[in-house]
Amino acid sequence: MTTTDQLLFEGADWDFRTLQRICDACEQIARDELGLDVYPNQIEVITAEQMLDAYSSVGMPLFYKHWSFGKHFAFQEASYRKGLMGLAYEIVINSSPCISYLMEENTATMQTLVIAHAAFGHNHFFKNNYLFKQWTDADGILDYLEFAKRYVAHCEERHGRLAVEHTLDAAHALMSHGIDRYPGKKSLDLRAEEKRAGRRRAHEESAFNDLWRTVPTGPAKSGAVLDVERRRAMLGLPQENLLYFLEKTAPRLKPWQREILRIVRHIAQYFYPQSQTKVMNEGTATYVHYRIISRLHEQGRLTDGNFLEFLQSHTNVVFQPEFDDPRYSGFNPYALGFAMMQDIERIVTNPEAEDRDWFPDIAGTGDTMGVLRDIWANYRDESFISQFLSPRLMRHFRMFHLHDDPEERAGILVDAIHDERGYRRLRRELARQYDVGFIDANIEVVDVDLAGDRRLMLRHTVVKGAQLSEADTKRVLQHLADLWTYDVSLVEADASGTVLKEYVANPRKIAAVA
Amino acid sequence: MAIHIVDRRLNPGSKSLENRQRFLRRAKALVQGAVKKSSQSRDIKDVLEGGEVSVPIDGMDEPRFRREGGTRDMVLPGNKKFVEGDILPRPNQSGGRGRGAGEGDSEDTFRFVLSRDEFVDLFLDDLELPDLAKRKLAEVESEGIRRAGYTTSGSPANISVSRTVSRALTRRVALRRPRREVLEALEAELLDCSEERRAELMAEIEAMKTKMRRIPFIDPIDIRYRRFETVPKPVAQAVMFCLMDVSGSMTEHMKDLAKRFYMLLYVFLKRRYRHVEIVFIRHTDRAEEVDEQTFFYGPASGGTLVSSALQAMHDIVRSRFRPADWNIYAAQASDGDNSYADGEVASRLLTDNILPVTQFFAYLEVGQENGLSYEMPNSALWTLYEGLRANGAPLSMRKVNERSEIFPVFHDLFQRRGQQERTGS
Repeated sequence: MTTTDQLLFEGADWDFRTLQRICDACEQIARDELGLDVYPNQIEVITAEQMLDAYSSVGMPLFYKHWSFGKHFAFQEASYRKGLMGLAYEIVINSSPCISYLMEENTATMQTLVIAHAAFGHNHFFKNNYLFKQWTDADGILDYLEFAKRYVAHCEERHGRLAVEHTLDAAHALMSHGIDRYPGKKSLDLRAEEKRAGRRRAHEESAFNDLWRTVPTGPAKSGAVLDVERRRAMLGLPQENLLYFLEKTAPRLKPWQREILRIVRHIAQYFYPQSQTKVMNEGTATYVHYRIISRLHEQGRLTDGNFLEFLQSHTNVVFQPEFDDPRYSGFNPYALGFAMMQDIERIVTNPEAEDRDWFPDIAGTGDTMGVLRDIWANYRDESFISQFLSPRLMRHFRMFHLHDDPEERAGILVDAIHDERGYRRLRRELARQYDVGFIDANIEVVDVDLAGDRRLMLRHTVVKGAQLSEADTKRVLQHLADLWTYDVSLVEADASGTVLKEYVANPRKIAAVA
Repeated sequence: MAIHIVDRRLNPGSKSLENRQRFLRRAKALVQGAVKKSSQSRDIKDVLEGGEVSVPIDGMDEPRFRREGGTRDMVLPGNKKFVEGDILPRPNQSGGRGRGAGEGDSEDTFRFVLSRDEFVDLFLDDLELPDLAKRKLAEVESEGIRRAGYTTSGSPANISVSRTVSRALTRRVALRRPRREVLEALEAELLDCSEERRAELMAEIEAMKTKMRRIPFIDPIDIRYRRFETVPKPVAQAVMFCLMDVSGSMTEHMKDLAKRFYMLLYVFLKRRYRHVEIVFIRHTDRAEEVDEQTFFYGPASGGTLVSSALQAMHDIVRSRFRPADWNIYAAQASDGDNSYADGEVASRLLTDNILPVTQFFAYLEVGQENGLSYEMPNSALWTLYEGLRANGAPLSMRKVNERSEIFPVFHDLFQRRGQQERTGS
């Protein structure tokens, strides 16, 4: 480990001792020079077929059985065989120990790249980012998946494959709305509660003023309004976590069905941070692998040839096609993330006057890794972009903002470009594209007709005129009604409260039997 | 910090296999439809090779709440000439998204590759082998041995020690046989104790010893033997006889129909038996065993004597395929011609020699292209076989004219039990 002037490997071949050497070398740089803090690593070498397997069960090493994974597998296999799709070089799992899968076909250079990228870059991000800390339990996830797999298999044995399949189908349809977006209130223990009550009393005593008694309150609420409010409060409404709501309150679900909803909900929650940190996560990993491998090359542990091979792969990964390029399909998170990380490094070490204006807190402080580690720990894509996208980078990518409103005008308006007037608007708009609040439709349970036919009432708050696609919505509502076992209605309304569209779904008989 | 490196390459692959099977089960009706439709137009050999099928995505989709339309804002890279305030024309009326086009096609149908086994499984899914003759063969089938619980009698070599000891223990506990430790404790106490206590102890020890003698440690009724029973082992090999009339009246079309039928039968048998042999017998007024190539394509001419083929089959069965060891299937294809005098001989051969040893005998009467089966007058052979059937012979018979009818007819013959053709025996 101490000899630094020795080559790690030559050529493209590798064996397990080579991998060990690569890991040790990467770890030394990651820990001592970049100050990364990672979960223990576990590196698993797999074949292409196993990689395809992993793809089809959302990248997890073990998962319960469901036909939809088989469908994805069949689809991916077909396109892989035809050569339409290449496979990823690695898959990394947010768990402790952090598991990275490496493909056996990779060359030694690629393995180095992948180890630096996944086992140190992603791993550090998983361990330190606040979203992952808040929402995922890296120690427990593999055990939980094991439990879920066994539980679902057990249910299939007890209650029949079809019944379980129906429940899972329904749960999957609602998966995107089975997420808690805000951390719940932590229930206090008795002592803390007592303390708080004491503080509150003391405050009331110290701030007592008899005049408050004479201040007029609003008009008294009628009994009916109070009833509605009480009912809604008891059901915990409005509730945007549909799966949670069903699990807790659906009247006729069997206990095992509730448990299955819970499993699907937990898994959706586990993936929630990943969807919010694509740019940052890939940016971090790409920046880390770039730093580590450049350093290995500087130390003379990588030949020039291998370094060139690395640079070629790296350049492919961070390639950003322009909007009129046929290859363009949105911003490449690797490209944007990596560019921003490098830009921050430049601002910290070698800022220009413009950077000092825009980023007075970090410009010229000199401690690149300190600043980056802080950013990696405390931001998500939306806040990261809205705070750290620099004018220089906007010019580099030649960004522009299009505003397309069919009702306003016949064409598409170029609203802002990369100039003095446009920077802030561009940055705000780009950040908004990564805001989960805007990505997912805002659908809530608003009420249940407890006195009448037990109809479940949902409401979609329409933002910027984007309504739900009709065919899909009907099918999802059908699943929802099957779980609820009474009618379900969905109202689409805009911000002013105007109802745009209404759906009603009646439960099918199967759910009642199941 | 130790880094674990694990080689997973040797782990069993295809973890997704079960998911895939679930998917196929779910898509079964759709896939089966696709498979059957293609089987009518394409060559059977190719069809059974498996390959790509495409099924409509409907019913297999996974719906989610999705939004569409509305005002859209986007930030794009690569500005070249736009300045703030420019108005650009909308690209297309169809949604306006240039790159959405490719997605459109793939959403209607869903294409994927089936392996050969999956394909054949789906292809032959609701068919079943007729086991008409099996009952008669049951007693000569080979037998295997398997464990079957315990018994109170048997050979000493089969004593089950653990079972015997545990039964003995149960009995001793139930009858309160004194334990040796207790006896030893009393005897130890006897060594140094007062006189009156001594007599008391002696009596107690004596009583205990008697009881121990009365209740033995192991009694013959405790003894259990492992029991074995013999089970009939199904015969795992089959032979398939293809009999065909090759006289001048058989056209290429008719031979093609027959060939297709034999292929299906072969694939079907192959799925049930580990080892399948095929015997080709062609006949005019003489019968001979030939290889496949000659069978289908070799020139031959002459009159028609069906009994010659039946006789040849009988001889071959006698010399090479003991009915006890082989499941025998026969399929005969003919245009129905037979010389009038031959009927008697053929029917005697069938009922006396052939039908008793075969599992299944199918007769396929192939007709002219464009001919309609119900318009044809009954041929000599058809009349003959129908007569046998009426007398209770387990024969299956069908008429076929068109290539596309082969699969339905085959399907018909091998439908799940209890539907037809089983009334024969």
